[in-house]
Amino acid sequence: MTASPGEIGPAAGVEEASSLGSSSTEEVGAGSEPVLGPVGSIAGGGVEARATVAAGAPVVGAPSGLGVGPRQFTGGRRWEFLYFALRNKKLLLGMSVELVFVVLAIIGPAIAPYNPSKFVARPNLGPSGAHLMGTTYFGQDVFSQLLYGLRDSYLVGFLGGLFAAIVGMAIGFSAGYRGGVLDEVLQVFTNIIVMIPSLVLLIVISAYLKTRGILFEGVFIGVTTWPWVARAVRAQTFTLRERDFVDLAKLSGRRATSIIVKDIAPNMASYLFLVLILLFGSSILLAANFDFLGLGPTNTVSLGTMMNQAMLWSALQLHVWWWFIPPGAVITIIVAALLVANVGLDEVFNPRLRAT
Amino acid sequence: MSLLELDKVSKVYKTGTFGGELKPALREVSFNIDKGEVISLIGQSGSGKSTLGKIILHLVPPTSGTVRFEGTDISAIGKAGLRDYYRRVQGVFQDPFSSYNPLYKADRVFDMVKSVYFPGVRGTDWQAKVEAALESVTLNPGDVLNKFPHQLSGGQQQRLLIARALLLDVRLLVADEIISMLDASTRVDVLNLLVDLKRRGLGILFITHDLSLGNYISDQTVILRQGVVVEMGETPKVLGNPQHTYTKSLLAAVPQLHKKWGELGAGATVIPAGEVRAGSSNGKIAHDEVGRYSKSPLHPLRQGRGGSGGPLSSVTKTAGGRPSLMELEDAPWQRRGPKAKKSPSAVLSAYPAPPLQECEAGHFVATES
Amino acid sequence: MTLEVDKLQISYRTLRGDVRAVDGVSFAVDDGEIMGLAGESGCGKSTLGNSLVYLEGRMKHAGGTVRLDGEVLPISDQRAMGRYRLKRVSIIPQYAMSALNPTRKVGRMTAELLKSRGVRYDSVEEELKRRIDLVGLPQGVLGMYPFELSGGMRQRATMVISTLLDPSLLVADEVTSALDVSTQRAVGEMLMEFRDERFVKTIIVITHDLSILAQVADTITVMYAGKLVEKAPAATVVGEPLHPYTQALLASLPEVGVRYEDAPLAGIPGRPPSLLHPPAGCRFGARCPFAFEKCSQDPPFMELRPGHEVACWKAVRDIGGTSVLAEADQPGTEGPAGPGAGSEVPAVPRPGAQLASPTSAVSPGPGEWTGQGTGQP
Repeated sequence: MTASPGEIGPAAGVEEASSLGSSSTEEVGAGSEPVLGPVGSIAGGGVEARATVAAGAPVVGAPSGLGVGPRQFTGGRRWEFLYFALRNKKLLLGMSVELVFVVLAIIGPAIAPYNPSKFVARPNLGPSGAHLMGTTYFGQDVFSQLLYGLRDSYLVGFLGGLFAAIVGMAIGFSAGYRGGVLDEVLQVFTNIIVMIPSLVLLIVISAYLKTRGILFEGVFIGVTTWPWVARAVRAQTFTLRERDFVDLAKLSGRRATSIIVKDIAPNMASYLFLVLILLFGSSILLAANFDFLGLGPTNTVSLGTMMNQAMLWSALQLHVWWWFIPPGAVITIIVAALLVANVGLDEVFNPRLRAT
Repeated sequence: MSLLELDKVSKVYKTGTFGGELKPALREVSFNIDKGEVISLIGQSGSGKSTLGKIILHLVPPTSGTVRFEGTDISAIGKAGLRDYYRRVQGVFQDPFSSYNPLYKADRVFDMVKSVYFPGVRGTDWQAKVEAALESVTLNPGDVLNKFPHQLSGGQQQRLLIARALLLDVRLLVADEIISMLDASTRVDVLNLLVDLKRRGLGILFITHDLSLGNYISDQTVILRQGVVVEMGETPKVLGNPQHTYTKSLLAAVPQLHKKWGELGAGATVIPAGEVRAGSSNGKIAHDEVGRYSKSPLHPLRQGRGGSGGPLSSVTKTAGGRPSLMELEDAPWQRRGPKAKKSPSAVLSAYPAPPLQECEAGHFVATES
Repeated sequence: MTLEVDKLQISYRTLRGDVRAVDGVSFAVDDGEIMGLAGESGCGKSTLGNSLVYLEGRMKHAGGTVRLDGEVLPISDQRAMGRYRLKRVSIIPQYAMSALNPTRKVGRMTAELLKSRGVRYDSVEEELKRRIDLVGLPQGVLGMYPFELSGGMRQRATMVISTLLDPSLLVADEVTSALDVSTQRAVGEMLMEFRDERFVKTIIVITHDLSILAQVADTITVMYAGKLVEKAPAATVVGEPLHPYTQALLASLPEVGVRYEDAPLAGIPGRPPSLLHPPAGCRFGARCPFAFEKCSQDPPFMELRPGHEVACWKAVRDIGGTSVLAEADQPGTEGPAGPGAGSEVPAVPRPGAQLASPTSAVSPGPGEWTGQGTGQP
């Protein structure tokens, strides 16, 4: 339906309107340089491929080498992405910060000088050579707690993100690909999940559970956040399934799952990747929130529980700043670095945002 | 028995924000496609021509009516039956670029066919089969195999897709606007290829909005307008002696090299703009669009090429006013009616397709209101 | 002359180097002229048209000048060009259908657009309404959102808005290609009317469809692989084309009335060359059935008959004879084409070097091609 706008098709109107929104807003509306156009969007499907017309991905493998045919770029994409990824400062900065913390989280327990939950020194000692970040009210080593907590925070983020991704993608793909009644049912289900107040639910569950572990927290976060993934995936699938290659795969007798896995999903890989990174970051943040409120894991130490303990034992009033500043700062840095990397990735994937 | 029989095929789409509006995309379309025959299905965007192609390809179910392929109703063929159906009926689509998944090499379209239909065939045998298919679409295997889609020209891409269909035991090919995105210099090669296939006994449904293309290759022509067949029959009769005003107006609008638009309207009856803005609350289709254009009772078809170029930039104004496109584009159900019809069958019965009458042997035309 | 383009070069920056999409193009468009710019996809026609109005980020102005009403357009300076856009130059982009901001009503969007150009909406409101009437749109469109308009209505709204300030130059980039024949006709006639009403002085209509140009354009310019190959009045290009490429293009068009059984048409074998490393000499040479030794040199774009410019050695030989061919070898007229000939701009012999002699003309009509090369590549 690409070149014949107005061809009657399922959801034609809706889709056209939405794709219009995607690109023309900045171009004409924002008014910074309002020539009437040049706008690279086109009614109907194929938004991404067409968008390159205006924005213009630098050519890597175009045989005739001319930018006029936007459609010539897509093949060399992977290399093109790598090229731009390695040159994107935001992405590199975010990712290297993240890498440092991940390494710390992995080797943390091995290099931690003390057992994080044991009484190892006098309480409320300030930072010193023996205790890099001082000690807590209970005489625990803050630096060791931080190293252990880092691992658990990452684990929760990973678990939550993974769970949300799996459930969200399963539901998003089925709803988007099948459409019709299944789509409507899943939409209603998704909306119900969105409306459940997760904090209240967590408090209620906590009242019944004696101990809560990392796994529980990760899964809980996953269960409450997958609708965002599902919505994003559904919308993208809706656009992609209108592409002719999906019809062609059907005409080749391929099954739906195979079409989704091999034809649709890879085409939104960049998009999925962005969603997953955001999900990961928000899971970490969400976990910290829960932990801080005392709803976190009862049997381990995490960055959020550290701050929770600090608050409970009046670290603020006692000016024991080394107890709550480090975990707070680390969480902030981790999430901020993820967001910076995300912005960088967005620029890499989306040629419109690239500074040429 | 025809290869493919369409019997009163109708399709109603749900549109609108909550799927609350119903739009009839096709209404009681019936025609047959025989072996070794090219039928061109001509219509403007929104006429439902692509929908019909998708219905024949079993990608979209019809709301009512039946599609029979070699005598079997395709609505009840089941999964195994569908696989078998696709062995015989294949399609090629408008946008060659969109037909290939950009992440894979172009010849993956062959691999997909192999994995489903020829899982047991050995590599070398398959290679030979692919090369034979490429040969028959005049492609050099070395030029097109192991390449990404963007490394092929539009013409090569479309011919590759036709070759893919030929790997199967294809008897009917649905070609949906397959050359409209190609450059003029490669278009003709693909068109000629279709004729070649037809001579080998394939039935071809050639869907296009371009009358000159349809005229060039087809034996039969079906003119579709707002989901309804307004005129059909043998191509020379339909396009050489058009009876329906819509067909005439389409012909008059085709840009020609050696005739200016204005000249075609010489001696035409012109209805001034604004005079016929037919109301349509009764569900009858307004046919006022033609009035905005010059009517040409006899179109200079078959006059051949050549001839003198028109006088430079002396354009005769055709009608009393500007041709208004709104009338062309708005079907009755697209204007906001007092009350939307609730069920698909109610929509279909509210906007019945006008009956076709045979005006000469092998030439049918819909009655005009 | 309203628009004068002289040796314009536009390149695209790519990872592999600069691609010269427009390579030394010179032409002029008269006041009141609709110039058609035709060519296959990738020949640089859209780049050329766009560069006159809006040079995208990765497009680079590599040389040459553009004059509008005698004034040099600062096409490489986006800020300076901003002052010209909409007032002096305007464009209807390829996907005009979606160029309208969906979140703004048409009227409000127009007002914002005008404001950004320092024009008060009230001052042109009356004219806007008049023109909306003229193109057959209801006055209500100003209060409607773009998605409420049909494709044709949007197309017309875009045209009215983009020409509201009576620009000297309007670039219409493939405005008819996604449309049905009847809509094509309406849009084409609207372009002519806009010119007749003096809403715009000149229009450049970019399309791959020669038959549309035969309808609306006064002159047709054919482009191939970044260079102009032929420019002449529309009827001449369509009726007596001189360049083999133009002839082949015309011969591959199925016109109404032509049927396969009667006259099978032939396409042009081969593909256009890569512009990253364009071949030396005539760029059509590899696909041209008439190519001879001379074609390894870059053919100059020269006026062979009055108002008929062609870049083809065969046409030079047929019309001017071999003596002219030898003359063209003189230094200064044409540089020998080396490997880096892409950047070389052939000197364009302007009226002084006129070779026109209509009587002695050999005119290879489209028929000359039709018999040839029915074979596939």
